[in-house]
Amino acid sequence: MTTERDWRGLLFVAPFLALYLLILVFPLLRGLWLSLNQVDLFGAGHFVGFGNYARLLHDPVFGTSLVNTFEVTLMIVPPLTIISLLLALALNRAGKGAAVLRGIFFASAVLSVTIVTLIWRFMLAPDAGLLGEISKALGREPLPFLSDPHLVLPALAITTIWWSVGFPMLLFLAGLQQIPQDMYEAAALDNSSGWTTFWRITVPALRRTLILVVMLQTAAQLQLFGQSQLLTAGGPSGASRTAVLFLFESAFGRWELGYASAAAEVLFLIILAVTLTQYWATSRNEGHGR
Amino acid sequence: MASLELKGVRKAFAGTPILDDVSLSLESREFIAFLGPSGSGKSTLLRIIAGLETADAGEVWLEGRRIDTLPSGKRDIAMVFQAYALYPHMSTRENMAFGLRNAKVPRDEIERRVADAAAVLEITPLLDRKPAEMSGGQRQRVAIGRALVKHPKLFLLDEPLSNLDAALRLRTRVELAQLKQKVEASVIMVTHDQAEAMTLADRIVVMNDRRIQQVGAPMEIYSRPGNVFVAQFVGSPAMTLLPVKLAEGATDATVYLGDGATVATRVARGGLPVAADLRLGLRPEAVRVGGGVATTKAKVELVERLGERTLIYARLADGTAITAEDDAYSRVAIGDEVGLAIDGSAAHLFGPDGTGYHRAAA
Repeated sequence: MTTERDWRGLLFVAPFLALYLLILVFPLLRGLWLSLNQVDLFGAGHFVGFGNYARLLHDPVFGTSLVNTFEVTLMIVPPLTIISLLLALALNRAGKGAAVLRGIFFASAVLSVTIVTLIWRFMLAPDAGLLGEISKALGREPLPFLSDPHLVLPALAITTIWWSVGFPMLLFLAGLQQIPQDMYEAAALDNSSGWTTFWRITVPALRRTLILVVMLQTAAQLQLFGQSQLLTAGGPSGASRTAVLFLFESAFGRWELGYASAAAEVLFLIILAVTLTQYWATSRNEGHGR
Repeated sequence: MASLELKGVRKAFAGTPILDDVSLSLESREFIAFLGPSGSGKSTLLRIIAGLETADAGEVWLEGRRIDTLPSGKRDIAMVFQAYALYPHMSTRENMAFGLRNAKVPRDEIERRVADAAAVLEITPLLDRKPAEMSGGQRQRVAIGRALVKHPKLFLLDEPLSNLDAALRLRTRVELAQLKQKVEASVIMVTHDQAEAMTLADRIVVMNDRRIQQVGAPMEIYSRPGNVFVAQFVGSPAMTLLPVKLAEGATDATVYLGDGATVATRVARGGLPVAADLRLGLRPEAVRVGGGVATTKAKVELVERLGERTLIYARLADGTAITAEDDAYSRVAIGDEVGLAIDGSAAHLFGPDGTGYHRAAA
């Protein structure tokens, strides 16, 4: 009787389950299988075991793309977290002005990556861009953001921060709204300065949001792709090639699907490891704090 | 010297007046209750004293120092919030020490004060716990402790018992009364519960409709209500008010009820407004069922057995409602016609503007 009931229950989840299996589980397993094969888009492949992975290990282009990915992630996540927190603190108030500004700062998040990179190409171009004009007005040589290998990752970071600041700001605003007002009143009666109140009341209350923002953004920026492809196509000489751009080029430039899948699996494991490490570090800290 | 003095405090929110010319003076070490219904302005007044709201006009003085111009933290005031407002990520000890650290009190002094307060409140075993790990009653003790360690000149308690269950509320009420004996400061408690105000306060400030209605000792408020609002708000169930006509003659006023019955009050006739519509105020205990000579008759609509006594809600022949009292084992049933003996010596009279008139003080 129980099994009969189980079957009927399964019918209710079947529509979702079917879609889930079809568009999530199957591609995941298929990708894993592909990474163990040498395949292109046009013919049947053959099994090569861990051959693709061995090749990746010795591929300097993949290595550089991973280093680039880590660098740009480090350039993005800390400033992005701090800027979005400061914006949220500044805009966490009633009134029309704050509401309009909240809308404006969130507006960049709804733009597609194509438009964002278009805007920033104008901003960053040394001869006619806004930043270049400002440099010239200050009597300095404009910085060649997109053609200097040392400046291209910062340029990607600036573009990405501008694009991504809205959502973390929203999360911080939601976190700030959760802090009861009487907490601040109690702090005022406790003669707490603005600085003390921020560090002892606000930041601890935002702890979970802070962790969430850092984890989400780290996972997102390790997959940075569109900005790099559209702004510089990974250049100059691979200085802005990220891991996802590498696997895109392998799969759809050189048609090496198996090799690209192996790169994707490696990136997946890296992101998983980083996220788990962050989770472990913060939850351990929390346990300690009690 | 007066402890706290309010001089002509006014406050309006977005054009709606909340407080209108409130003046008050507290004796030192006095326990005052602000009693009133929601929206009477009592919480706003408390917050103005604490510095969490600014008054539109008026002054606040504490022990000879004007404080309404100072920030909250510099006023020598401690407050226990209705929802306690403990800092959730700090232990009990840190919660209590936070204000002292901000005030740069030496470390050993902080430790001593926290230990003392914890001992008084019996929360020493809770010192290393966080608010989430404590019950509501325990949190409240911590909140009181956080106020105690500051050795303030004035304690403000915002509905301190409203978040506790009935049994705990009663116990905490007793403990607050004991605590009051130990602290060298004045206390202001905001409450809408008259039992709290009656049992704890030296004086009650009854507030309604933006103003102080009456200030007095609990029994004075109860037995000599200044106006109709105080008479009806304080005391449970509310005082019965009957429209009456004043009879001729005599020093003490005698009145006719709507059904023609007479009640000889002990209120001096001379002080009453001339030829006016009066209302007779009767607490349930001044109206007995059966006992003594019946003044009038009424039809019983509801019988409420409270254990130690029974309340009878009835209607006089002319349709006015009246609340009477009977013994615990009353035999009165709904629909009965009963005789009511009104004790005129315990009756109050109210003028057309609501002002109360009472028998001369004994």
